[in-house]
Formats: sequence, C-alpha cells, structure tokens
Amino acid sequence: MNEEPTNYGDVAEVAAGNKPSAAVVGTRPVRPDGVDKVTGRARFGADMQLPGSLVGMVFRSPHAHARLLKVDVSAALALPGVKAIVTAADLPEIPDDQAMDKGQPPDFRDMSANILAREKVLYEGHAIAAVAAIDELTARHAMTLIDVDYAVLPHVIDLHQAMEPDAPLLNDHNFTKGIKPVPKKPSNIASRYEQIHGDVVAGFAQADVIIEEEFSTQPVHQGYIEPHACLVNVRPSGRTDIWCSTQGQFMVRAYCARLLQIPLADLRVFPMEIGGGFGGKTTVYLEPLAILLSKKSGKPVRMEMSRADVFKATGPTSGSYIRMKIGARNDGTIVAAEGVLCYQAGAYPGSPVRLGCMTAFAPYNIPNIKLIGYDVLVNRPKSAAYRAPGAPMASFAAESLMDILAQQLDIDPLELRLRNAADNGTQTAYGVTFKNIGYRQTLEAARAHPHYNAPLGPDQGRGVASGFWFNIGGQSSAAVDINQDGSVLVTTGTPDIGGSRASMAMMAADVLGVGYEQIQVRIADTGSIAHSDLTGGSRVTFAVGMAVSQAASAMVEELRRRAALLWRVEVDQVSWMGGVARLMASGGSSSLSLTQIAASSAETGGPIAVEISLNAQGAGPGFATHICDVQLDKETGRVTVVRYTAIQDVGKAIHPSYVEGQMQGGAVQGIGWALNEAYLYDENGRLLNPGFLDYRVPVASDVPMIDTVLIEVPNPRHPFGVKGVGEVPIVPPLGAVANAVSRAAGTRLYDLPMSPTAIHKALKRAARRRS
Amino acid sequence: MTISIHASVNGEPCQFQCGTTDTLLKVLRENLQLTGTKQGCGTGDCGACSVIMNGELVCACLVLAVECGQADIRTVEGLSSAGQLHSLQQAFLDNAALQCGICTPGLLMASKALLDKHPQPDETQIRYWIAGNLCRCTGYDKIVRAIMGCVS
Amino acid sequence: MLRIPLKSGKWFFAITFSAAGTVIMEYCAPVTLAEVCAALGAASGTVKVFAGGTDLLPRFVAGVNPPALLIDIKHVPETREIRRLAEGGFVIGSACSGGQISAHTELVRSWPGLTEAMDLIGSVQIQSRATLGGNLCNASPAADSVPALIASRARCRIAGSDGERELPVEDIIVSPGRTCLRQDEFIVSFFLPARNPRSADAYLRMTPRTEMDIAIASAAVNLTVDEQGVVNECHVVLGAVGPVPVYALPAARILLGSRLDEEVRQRFRRQISALCRPISDKRGSAEYRTDVTAVLADRAAMTAYNRALL
Repeated sequence: MNEEPTNYGDVAEVAAGNKPSAAVVGTRPVRPDGVDKVTGRARFGADMQLPGSLVGMVFRSPHAHARLLKVDVSAALALPGVKAIVTAADLPEIPDDQAMDKGQPPDFRDMSANILAREKVLYEGHAIAAVAAIDELTARHAMTLIDVDYAVLPHVIDLHQAMEPDAPLLNDHNFTKGIKPVPKKPSNIASRYEQIHGDVVAGFAQADVIIEEEFSTQPVHQGYIEPHACLVNVRPSGRTDIWCSTQGQFMVRAYCARLLQIPLADLRVFPMEIGGGFGGKTTVYLEPLAILLSKKSGKPVRMEMSRADVFKATGPTSGSYIRMKIGARNDGTIVAAEGVLCYQAGAYPGSPVRLGCMTAFAPYNIPNIKLIGYDVLVNRPKSAAYRAPGAPMASFAAESLMDILAQQLDIDPLELRLRNAADNGTQTAYGVTFKNIGYRQTLEAARAHPHYNAPLGPDQGRGVASGFWFNIGGQSSAAVDINQDGSVLVTTGTPDIGGSRASMAMMAADVLGVGYEQIQVRIADTGSIAHSDLTGGSRVTFAVGMAVSQAASAMVEELRRRAALLWRVEVDQVSWMGGVARLMASGGSSSLSLTQIAASSAETGGPIAVEISLNAQGAGPGFATHICDVQLDKETGRVTVVRYTAIQDVGKAIHPSYVEGQMQGGAVQGIGWALNEAYLYDENGRLLNPGFLDYRVPVASDVPMIDTVLIEVPNPRHPFGVKGVGEVPIVPPLGAVANAVSRAAGTRLYDLPMSPTAIHKALKRAARRRS
Repeated sequence: MTISIHASVNGEPCQFQCGTTDTLLKVLRENLQLTGTKQGCGTGDCGACSVIMNGELVCACLVLAVECGQADIRTVEGLSSAGQLHSLQQAFLDNAALQCGICTPGLLMASKALLDKHPQPDETQIRYWIAGNLCRCTGYDKIVRAIMGCVS
Repeated sequence: MLRIPLKSGKWFFAITFSAAGTVIMEYCAPVTLAEVCAALGAASGTVKVFAGGTDLLPRFVAGVNPPALLIDIKHVPETREIRRLAEGGFVIGSACSGGQISAHTELVRSWPGLTEAMDLIGSVQIQSRATLGGNLCNASPAADSVPALIASRARCRIAGSDGERELPVEDIIVSPGRTCLRQDEFIVSFFLPARNPRSADAYLRMTPRTEMDIAIASAAVNLTVDEQGVVNECHVVLGAVGPVPVYALPAARILLGSRLDEEVRQRFRRQISALCRPISDKRGSAEYRTDVTAVLADRAAMTAYNRALL
C-alpha cells in the first residue's frame, strides 16, 4: 500500500445488511483464472504485442551521486532505427498546486525527478534518458551513443553517515520537517515523526528491569519475479492505451496524468496479470516514459526492465537503525517503551518510518510509549512499499526486546506476551481503541500447538514473535451483471495478485445463493468500471469484497423486483432463496430461476446490472504470532529453519487455501529478510548484487513446510467477517527467526541479515567475552 | 541477417528466424508468440523460463536459438493434451499452488522433468529439484504439496 | 571476416549483423577437433569457446560486447564422452554437462567428491547445460569442480592449431578469469587416474543458501588409506581463499601416516587456515573464509576417510 492508512480500526460502523449464508465461503474451489495460469495462457505485463511496436529502453546513471553537466542524445537519435529519445526536458514542470494531494505523499515532483533525473542523479541506476528503437540491438547500440558529462559528487550510502552534520547532501533545499522551529541548515533528514503516549519518564520510574539495545536491518527488495513491463500506444488523437503490470490501474492512470499533465480521460489503463508486487508495483517507473516515447515516435512502445534495473532502480524497502528501550516490573508487566527509529528513504523522502513507530508495540497494552522516527535521504533508490511497510523492522527490535526481557525475568516468552497482550478496549499509542481483535487467541493457540511443546535437538533454538498490521479499506467499485443466460459476471477494478478473483466469486455466490461455477470474475480496465484504489494494504478481500457483497445484495433486490414485475405482484411478495425467486403467496411453489428472470429481462426493464462504489471503513486489524525452530551449525554460523508455524487472526477465511498461502509466503519472505537478503554496495555507491544469484531470496530447499493456524474472530463491519490477511504475515518472522537464532547461539543477534558470516562473527565475539 | 532454424516445439515441426545472439526464450516469446514461458532474470537464476529441451530441463534464457536446430522443445503450452490438463496442472490448481502465477509455467515444466526422471521423489528431493525455480508468493509449501500429490 | 575450410562440410555457421550493417557476432558449430582448432587459429578479435554457456551467455546476451566469434564445441564427439579406460582411469569430455556426469554411476562410485562438486553447481536447469570444461575455463576462484579436479590429480588434454598437449588441471588457471590456454587452444577432455583400493574423495562448500549459490569457501580432499586405515596418499585443495585454487600440500602432509585422530585434525585445521589468503568481498569476509575453510576441509577429510574405509 502506498497511501497513508487513515481508518485504522475505524469507528464508523458499516451496515452489514442481511447475513448471507456461507455455502461457498470457507470452501476451497479452484480459482477462476487458474486454468489460464497453469496453461501459460494468462497474459502478464510483458506478454502484450502490437504490430509495429518499438522497443523502449532506459539509459541509467553509473554514478551514485553526480551533477548532470551535459546530456547529448543527438548521436543516438541519428542512429538508423532509433525513433525517439526523451530526457527530463520532455517532462512538464508540475505546478505548485499539483505537487501533492492535500499535503499527503506521494510528491509528484519527486516522482517526476525519479523517473527522469533533472540536474542531478541521486543513485546508481537513476534514469537519465529513454530510447525507442526498432529492435533491442538497435536500442542497446543507441544507449552507447548517449553522451553524458557528469560532475561526480561525494555520495552517502550509510544511514549513520547520512545523518552526520557534514554529510554530502542529496538535496540542498531539504530542511527537516516536523521540527520546530524549522532548521536553518539543510540536512539529509527529510522529516521527524514523534509518537507520544502517556509519560515515559514516569513509566520507566516504575520499572524493575530496563532493557535498551540497538538494532539494524538492511534494505530488502520485494523480489517479485516479473520485472516491470508495459506497452503503450498513443493514438494520433492523443487517446492513450496502456497495458501494464501494476497493483492499480487507476493509480497508473492518475500518476501518469499528473506527471505528464494530461487529462485523465485521455488515458485508459488495461491491467495485465501481475507477476507479484508486494507493494513494489504501487508506483510508476516505465509507463510515463513509454507514453512520451510513443507520442514522439507515433508508434506503440514496449518496455521491460532487466532484473538488474529492477534491483537498482525500483523500490526496496528501507534499511533501518533502531535504538529501543523497554521497562517492566518483575512480574513481566511492561510499564514503558521508548525508542528512536531511523529509516532510509532512498533518494527522495518517504520511508515508512511513521508506520514503524505506530506498529512496533501495537500488540501490547503499554501505558507509556515515546517513539521518534527519522526519514533519512541516502544515495540509494527511492524506497517503495513492501508488505506491511515499515512494520517488520520495528517489530524485529520490539520483539527482540520482548525475548530478552523474557530471558532476564525467566518467563516463558508466550506467557510474557499474554501478560501484556492488547485486548478489546486497549487504546493504542497512535490513538485508536481496539475492537474485535484476536491477538490473545493467537498466543493461546501458539501455546497449545504441538510445535511449541516439541523437544528441541542439540544446537537448535526456538523463537516466537508477534506482529500487527492495521489493514485498510478504501475506495472500491464492483459491478454485478446477469447475462441473458443467467450466468453472473462480477467486475472489479483491483488487480488479482494472489487469488482474489476466487474470493470475490465466492462472496457473490453466497449472497446471490448461486453456485460458484456460475460466476465469472473480470478485472476491468479504467474505462470499464469506476475508480478503485490499488491492490495493497490487505484491503481487497475486505473492501472490494464489501463492494462485491453490496452489489450482489443490490442485485438480489433487483432480481426480486424483476420477479415481482413478471408475477405482477408487489416486491414484498417475493422472497429470494438459493438463487431462486419465490412467490410467497404460493407457499414457495411458484418460483422463477435466475435463468428465467434473465431470459425475460427485456420485458422487465432491460439488462440486469448493478454497480456499487464505496469507500470502505472499518477494516479489522491483523495480529499474528509465529513460532520458528532453527538448527545452528556453530562451526560455520549457518542456520537452517527446521520448523515454522504461523498463527493469525484472519477474521474470516473466505478461501482458506489462499489465506494460508498469504501466511506461508509472508513467512518465507520474512525468513529471507532475517537470514540472507540485503543490498550490498561498493565504495563508489554501486550495487554489488543486482541479481537473484547474490540477492538471495529463499529457494525451496531452504525452508520447511510452513504450518498455519487460522484464528477466526470475525470483523462485524464486513458481511462475512473479513479482516485483511496479506501483510501481517511478514511482520513476526524477523523477530521469530532472530529470537530462535539467538537462543540457539547463546548470544543475541541484533543486526539483520543473520548471514553465516554475521553469526560466525557473533559467536566468536561471545566466545572471546566468555574467555 | 537472420538464420533459419528447424526444430520441434511441443511436438509440432517449427521453423523460425533468429540472430546469433538471440536466446531460445526470445524466440519462443517473440517469434512463436509462446508467451507462457516467462522472463524473470535473463541469467538462469530464477527458472521462470524453464522448458524441456531434448528431454533435459533448461532455462530458455541460457540457450542460444542457433543451438536449437533439430531440437525437441517442450513448453507449458504443450503440457495439456486434447483439452485435458496434465495431472500436475490439476494438482497446482487443487492445491492453490499459485498466487500471482508468474513462476507457475516454469515450475510446472520443472516438476514434469522431475517426475519423468524420478517418478517417486520424496519431499527433500522435490525441494532440491525445484530450487532453481524462485517463487516469491507461496513460500513453496503448496507447490511442494501439489507435486507430492502427483507422485505415483 | 572468418574464412576457414569446411572439411567435414557438416558444420553450422551463422552471422548476425546490426541494423547499421556491422557484424554483431559470428557463431559456428564444428564437428571435429581439427575444425575447432582451425576456427580458433583463424579467428581475429575476441573469440569464445562455447559449451554450456551458463556463465558466458548472461555476459553478452543481455548486455553489450558479445565476442566476435563463438565456437560451439558440443558437436565434437571427443568433448561429450565419458569413458572408463581399461586400466581403471576415466576420460571425461570437457563439454560433458553436470547432468551427464551425475548420471554416470561408475564415475560417481569412483569419484564421489568430484561428481558431487560438479552437482553442486546451480540448479537442475544449470546442470543440464553447465560443463566441467566451462567451469574450469571460467577460471573463477570459487568454481566448485576445480578444487575436486585438482585433488583428483586430473590432467587436461588440450588441442590447438599446432597440435595437442597435456597439462595438470592446477596449471590451467593463472589468475581470476584467466587461463594459460593460448587463443588457438581449447580443452578437449580430462583424464582421471585409476583408483587404488581404499581411495575416496569428498568436496564441501559453504553457501548461505542450500542451492543456487556461489561458494564463499570450499575444500576438496582425495585420499587413500592402507589396510590398517592409515592415510598413505592425500591431496587437499581449497577454493575461494586465494586468486586461484590453493593446493594445500603442507596440510595434506599432516594427514599422511595418520588415522585422522583428534590431535591430527586440530593441527590440520590450523594449517589449513594458515594457507588461506582470501579477500573480503560481497560473499564473505577474509576472516570468515579463513575460519570456515578449516572446518570444511576437516569435514571433507573425515568424509573422504570414512568413504575410503568402506
């Protein structure tokens, strides 16, 4: 998710309407798009072709920080086969009132400078120009003819160095926001965020034990297997069609229109199947360039990033440095927590540090909390959202402290969490009071799980950690159409990134009382349904599901009305059960099927269609508790995850297999983050590992089966009780793995990733300390 | 100037034109419009372009098209026959072994190559065999279960 | 432009031109040793011998600067055969893939360490293509098969336009990325000596992941024991701890005459660490490499020893 969540545990109740039966919801049918995806017929971002398409390619900076003295594309443009080249000079200046929406990110001027560098390049891989040519070889040749003069500037990759007063400045006009008075001297600290709850000084005064430690995490990439790709055709009329891989077709339309200062109505975005996103496809990189190239050349333009480009120029999530402190009584009651969180923003402001501050201690009822967050500019790619943005690193610090506290007080780590667990009525540090949460249940389920009670082998360690994510609602549209043969078409405007077509069809089926197979689900382009926010924030099954459910409910009303017209009775004489209209006066013996009503639609007012648009409120927060066992090779520092269990309050699992899949996938991403994933730079600020060989996402042989336990504490604001499930699974693993490794090693690990080299070093340090 | 290559793709004779630096992946996707084979990295590190060439599982991004004269190439598009899904395809669907689906074609071809060579692999063998196919969505659990379900 | 007599008349030749008319890359697939040598000898500009291509292709297909000429040697029968000699040794063609090597049960039985080293390279997909000769000629200090090849005392059959010569494997790599082969030479095959009774080898490497990774450090041990279980021949080779694989003679001498008891192993470990001259890079620190290589060599020695006793 890219937008700031604003409706955490919102107060507004949403009328749930009639509780539908759950004949389909909770079962595990094959997803509607499944056959296309197992036969290679589903079309993803790079799979579209138009006759006469040009190949678009991006020329990128080899330097981490440099002033652009000259960008001369004339020789490249003169090469036969080159049809267009664009540079920042082709991008419009964005007027003041268009730079941001109500002062909220994203900042479109930054985004514009990120897609094509203006005076300066701010990271290796920063785009400088884009070329369209008749084929790939010609485009590559053209790249070698682009003549750029750089004045290389000192760069800063390291977070601590970036915060020093004499650090090289990325932006001479950056004066830290959130500090009063506004500093007179520019710095790399883009903003300061403060979250205060209670009185930490008074809180710590009550503590019998205080633990304070420092933690660090490295930037990690979302690692979607499908590189960014698009095809754009600007027609002579200016009307523009865009086919692309994105988490939000309406986002692409809005961002391109704003960046290029063209009317929304001129752009139509067709979402292709998306080969993974995890937050990384919630912004634009290629699409505006392809529009400019297509406009200049008069031809369709296809663009596809290389894997190296994906690593160098698209958002990883922030690396972080965190200093955190908790105080507790001897009985384990936590009385205060305090900390400073510094997150790398990348080249432009906008790390999720605020969300880190809000989520760190959300699972616990702690009366006094003070957390300060800093958003820090560094010569790295602009960070982008990654699954529960900002939460995993903060949770890693907080959950490590919980584990240290449990060890110091000799309390079982689950018991310690139970003694401090947030409950219904707990007021969070960020202001919201929890309702209908199932956190405590995840802890109790963990304690009762066979995994938690299984004996450990030699050199094995067990770690537990909990995690929280807000989940969001947001603007969503859904249409339900009854075709003339009685089949049902459900249309939404949110890309299906992990099986959401199935859950939409299942909810619609139960509301309508028809079979799952009777329903087709389509993800519409921006010209075919009303606005919908993007797929992210764990919002689709909740918010779009609410729109689908409401559209289906409205459809039931419409079908009753149509049946009443056919029977020439009042609508209250018609009931709807099991997908069939029944005439009450007949005792139910007179009935009209969906097929019959559909066949007669011309006589009752024409096509039968309903569309609902809403702004969903009342998303239920997500809590999870994970258990991780590791085996440590003490001689080499190598860790193997040998057993893993993820327990989560999911509200209601519409399609349990895909809910489990979210939990398993998030857990493994978190294991990768904890153990081996990291961005590595050389002394010139160049990325050393821009590929899947040395950026080590877990492979199948690295992980065990991921056991799942689904706790269902329904969200009363959703017709089926849904809470978002996609994001919270990546929050606990960092802490769970670190706690397991620390217990196996007999020494605490504070820095991620816990690579063999890092663990070996920690073991040696601990051995020296002991001797 | 391009070269004309004759090969067999999914059991059908096939002729395509290519340059010496073109990969099999490029030819499959662009010349033959068989876009089921995906590009994830171009360096043989992700397995999204896995196809079976002369009975061996390969990354199409690491094979030159000019090497493919007389080769027998099998892609995901040829996995089902006569409208009947291959048992692996059905197992992937039944086990919800795909989320976004981009790695699925490569994983299906890898799984097929596995079962062709080792009809009764255990979980460890399966995990090591598919280690060359990255999946970022599923955590591999349901993929491994789907393959285990096809063990004869 | 390449002009070579086409003796067999069967081999394949192709050129790609750019839109501007310049030659991008020539490709040829000769079918005899003589043709390969002729092509190598006649080539001007960069020429690359191509077998599996798993390291070569990513360098130029997606990037720039392809070689002027690519010579595909896979169609030369001598590069593709695995043959057991009457005296017990093996000949392995340089273009034999990892898959082909792993499938050869006799070879695996005689040389478990060498074959498992080859098998560790990349995924199943990579195994279908990556070759023993390519792994050597890529000349990476971290190549998995090379320490095991050196420990096995393997020799290379090298063909060139002036004829053939034979060299031990340890003479091939001169520095990272560079071999001693002349431009007109290529490796046809490897010769592995006959095994004495009670001989075995083992190879271990350290990688963060279980698969799909490059060795941070590695060790190969090849040894023979007498009827009393005393080591009477031993070769130890270390990978990724120097610019070229390290033939650890002083460490091997420690094991000679021993049954690998605890005290010997401790001295062995210390000696291994003393022989390491690693760099710190993205894959690991020098200190870590030095420490972990001792562990790997010790474990590999124990594995080889236990195998030899069987």
